[in-house]
Parts: sequence; C-alpha cells; structure tokens
Amino acid sequence: MSPWIVGFLGFILYPMLATLYFSFTRYDLLSTPEWYGIQNYVYMFTKDPNFWVAVRNTLWIIVFGVPLSIGLSILTAWMLTKPRRGAKVYRTIFFLPSLAPPVAVALAFVFIFNPATGPINAVLTRLGWSDPPLWFFDAQWSKPAMLILTLWGIGGTMIIFLAGLLDVPQQLYEAADIEGATGWQKFRHVTLPTISPVIFFTLVTGVIYGFQFFTQAYVASITVSGSSTSQAATSVGAPNESLMFYSVYLWQQGWGNFRMGYASALAWMMFLVTMACTLILVKTSKRWVHYAGGGFR
Amino acid sequence: MRTRVPAAETSPIPSSAAATAALDVRARPLPPEEQRRRFLRSVATHSMLIVTSLMFLLPMVFVLTTSVMTDQQSLTRRIWPDPFVWSNFLDVFSRIDLWRYTLNTMLIATLSTFGIVLSCVPVAYALSRMQWRGRQAAFILVLATLMLPFQVTIVPLYVIFVRLDWINTLLPLIVPAFFGDAFSIFLLRQFFLTIPEEMSDAARVDGASEFQIMIRVIVPLAKPAIAAVALFNFLYNWNDFFGPLLYLIGNNRLWTLGLALSEFRTMHHVEWNLTMAASLLFMLPVIVLFFLAQRVFVEGVTLTGVKG
Repeated sequence: MSPWIVGFLGFILYPMLATLYFSFTRYDLLSTPEWYGIQNYVYMFTKDPNFWVAVRNTLWIIVFGVPLSIGLSILTAWMLTKPRRGAKVYRTIFFLPSLAPPVAVALAFVFIFNPATGPINAVLTRLGWSDPPLWFFDAQWSKPAMLILTLWGIGGTMIIFLAGLLDVPQQLYEAADIEGATGWQKFRHVTLPTISPVIFFTLVTGVIYGFQFFTQAYVASITVSGSSTSQAATSVGAPNESLMFYSVYLWQQGWGNFRMGYASALAWMMFLVTMACTLILVKTSKRWVHYAGGGFR
Repeated sequence: MRTRVPAAETSPIPSSAAATAALDVRARPLPPEEQRRRFLRSVATHSMLIVTSLMFLLPMVFVLTTSVMTDQQSLTRRIWPDPFVWSNFLDVFSRIDLWRYTLNTMLIATLSTFGIVLSCVPVAYALSRMQWRGRQAAFILVLATLMLPFQVTIVPLYVIFVRLDWINTLLPLIVPAFFGDAFSIFLLRQFFLTIPEEMSDAARVDGASEFQIMIRVIVPLAKPAIAAVALFNFLYNWNDFFGPLLYLIGNNRLWTLGLALSEFRTMHHVEWNLTMAASLLFMLPVIVLFFLAQRVFVEGVTLTGVKG
C-alpha cells in the first residue's frame, strides 16, 4: 500500500493542489511564480479569443465523435454476433486499428487524405467529384477528416459492446419472439436496456477523452504546416486554428509560450468541466441506464 | 440465429437408443425453403461484414502500397506501386537511427510496465483481500484518480522534474510507474475479488503470511489479469506521444519512435514512401503482440468495460 500512498501524494494530490496554486500566478518556469489573483481566469473568459476557439473545436469533436463512435461500435458489434463462421477474423480486422500508435495513424491519414497526392481524392475525382475537399489542408474539412480518423479506431469500444451484446439473456429474445416483436422492437426494448450500462460507460469515458484529445491533432497540424518541433508552438492547430483542441491549446500555452500559470488555469477549468459533465451524466443515468436485476421496463 | 438441436428427451429408452435418436434429429434435412432462407441470410451477413472490413482495411492497404513506392511515385496520384521498392524498409534504417529509437521506446515501455505490475499488485491485493480500516476510502480515492485528466497534474510534475534535472532523461517516463497507476490497480482489484476466499483461508491455516498468500496463491491465479495489465501498459507506453514530447524533445538521442516519426518528415522534407514504411515498422510490434496475445487483449478490454 505504501508506495501507492507515496505515489498518490507525490504524483496526484500535491500536483493537483500545486496546479491550483499556479493557476493564480504568472509563472514562466525560470523566475518564481508571481501572484496574479484571478486574472488568468478573467483573461481566459473575457480576453482570450483562442480559448473559445479551442472550446468550440473540442465541443465539435465530442458532439459528433462520441455519439457516432458509440453508434458505429454498436452496429459493428451487432454485425459480429450474426455470422456462424468467421466472426473472429472480422473481429480482428475491426479491432486492430484501435491499437495502432496515434502518431503513425495521424501521419497515415494526412497522407491518405492529401488533396494532391493522396489516394482518397484520387478515387473521389475518378468517381466524378471534380473538386474534392482539401481535408487536412482546409479549415472547413480538417475536423471531419479528424473525425474519420478517430472513427477508424473504435475497435476497443466495439469489443466492449460485443461482450455486452453476447450477455443479453437469450430467453428475453425468445419471449419477445413469442409476443411477435419486430426486429426494431427487440433492439429497442431488449437489447438497448441491457447494454445501457456499457453505453453509459463509453459516454463518460468519451467525454473525458475528448477533452484530452492531443496527439493526432498535434501531429496532423505540424505535418500539414510543414514545421519542425521548434516551430510547433506557432503551428499547432493548423490549418487556421481548426485543429486547436483544448489539450493542444494547453500544451501551446504551457510548453510553447511558457505561460505555466495560464496553462494551470486551463487545466483546472478542464478538470471542473469534465467533472461537471460526468456528474450530469451520472444524474441523468438513473433515468435510462438499467442494471441487471433492476428489471426491465 | 443459433440453431438448436433438441436435446434427447429424457425417456426410459436406453442411452444408446437415445443417442441414435438424437443423431436422427440432427441428420434430418431441413426443408429446402428454410435452407434457402438460411443461405441467403448468411450471404447478406457476410457481404455486410466484408464491406465493413474493407473500410477498416483500406487505410492500411494505402499505407502498405505507398511504403513500397518510389519517392516520385508517392507524390503522384497513382495508387498501385510500380515498381515495388521493398528496399524502402531498409533505407529507413540508414536514413534515421531507427534502432536507437526502437531501443529507447522498448526500454521505456518494458521498465514502466515492470514498475506498474510490481507496484499495483500489492495495492490491489490490499484493496481486495485484506480487511483494514479505511479500505473503502482508499478505493474511492483510486476511482477518483481514474477519472482525473492527466493535464491537471502535469505542470507541477514538470516543475519537479526540472528541479530534479530529469528533463531530457528517460527517468520521468519510468520512475512514476513504480508508484502505481489507478487504472491497473482497479483492474487487478476487480479480478482479485473473483478469487474465492477459501483459497486464502487454506493457506492461512497452513500459517502463510499475507505476503506469501499474495505471491503463492493469488498471483498464480490472477495471471490473466496481470497479463492484461502488463499488455495494456506496454502498449500505452509504446504508443505514448505526450510524455516523450514533454520530457525528451530536447535530446534526440533519447527520442522514442513516436517522436522520431513526427519529426521524420521535417528532417527529410516529405518522403511519403519512407514515412509510411517507418509508420508500418512502428505498428509492426503492436500487431505481432496482438496475434501472440489475442485472448488476453479481448478479455482485458472486456473486463475494463463490463466491470467499469
């Protein structure tokens, strides 16, 4: 127990409180932190346009990404319950991409979606789309491209749903058959309530993960802007701040501009918001999450 | 739809006769109409799955084909490599010090995985199989840290490592692992709870200490869970980018594969063929690991979701 206590105090509790303290200071790592009151927070909400850009981008990826990845995970998992043979092969194909290193995935997708040399637009033009999107090079299309990138890695979520679907008691389906339920009715009133705890779990982790989304956006940005790490601080978020997600902005402020105090304030704001989102989800979950033994409506 | 062979009726017929009866039931051909319906359904299922598989495979196919193109061809829109340049995979090694980056990544991933297992097993044991005051409170703390975004702790940790003069060394990426990790503790605890208490009691009667019970009884029984924890941590560290970006960026001798790859293009302009070849080499160990330990992976992922 004791190493973990040390670990908890040293690596979690102390840093959390220290972050809170730093968030009320100006601190550039070199000089000692200088007390700044709530100015960091005031600046964040009233004077910093980039903060709101980062918030909007992050909300975008959460609002579209989380429901889509849950829906597609359920769909692919459901498909995997159907065949009598070969399910394992398909499962491997769907699951493997989720294990790939994010840096490699980001590079691969930037190349695949490259408007001039990438295969996607080559195919799209051949299909008759004369001016296909510029994807990662266009602020309008970079987030949809990023969304496709994240959806490619839903394998882990899918496996969890697959286990959930296989856990649905067979008798419930048989009972529904006897009552003459249609396929959709069976899904809505038997499958969905039974897997609702899994949906809840993926929803909460999806929101938390959305705020931490970093590597893919960072790599895609510095790749399309053609800059090296020493210039990364100015080019992250490219094109045109469209990939400036919350964690990327935090990194830029802290490690690009050495505004550690402001980065700490951003971190605490992120902590509060994710906590609030989780609490809201937990509160509403009582209405739609059914735990086994709780009976079905 | 799963087909069910009706179980042999429990009847006074001798067992051999019952067996042949059951065989008869299985052998009876389905009506042609039903056979046709099943065949069509199976065709529909598989074509649906094959189309989806293609969508998942396509990016990998493009990466693979690009990785064996010539530099010029990778800058054109032609999709099929002509000629195939397999030597790209060797050229990558001469272009950047891939061995060094692989070794660094391997070192970080192995040592921190070792640290996680070493530190998390005793904590999970104490949280699940020992009775003590405050156990519940400690478990709630573990759960709370599970939800904590790492960004909330990263600034002061960075400051600490600056003070310790650990920046641009591997230490910040390895040492914290020896102090436990909430997710691994949680996973192990959930598994330890499923082991019957009688196992420990039997050892206790024989006079074993708690430490001995943990090492001799629980750890051997919990091998699948420990394997899953080790695998997840290895993979996490192999794939991690943020940590190395923060702590190693100033010392390119210690770069990990992720860092080197993100810089690859800037060192050598855009050589997409080599970039894709390097990306593939970076993914390869993960794929190999998956096929070696497929069951551990799938069961481990399931454990996190269902129990969470």
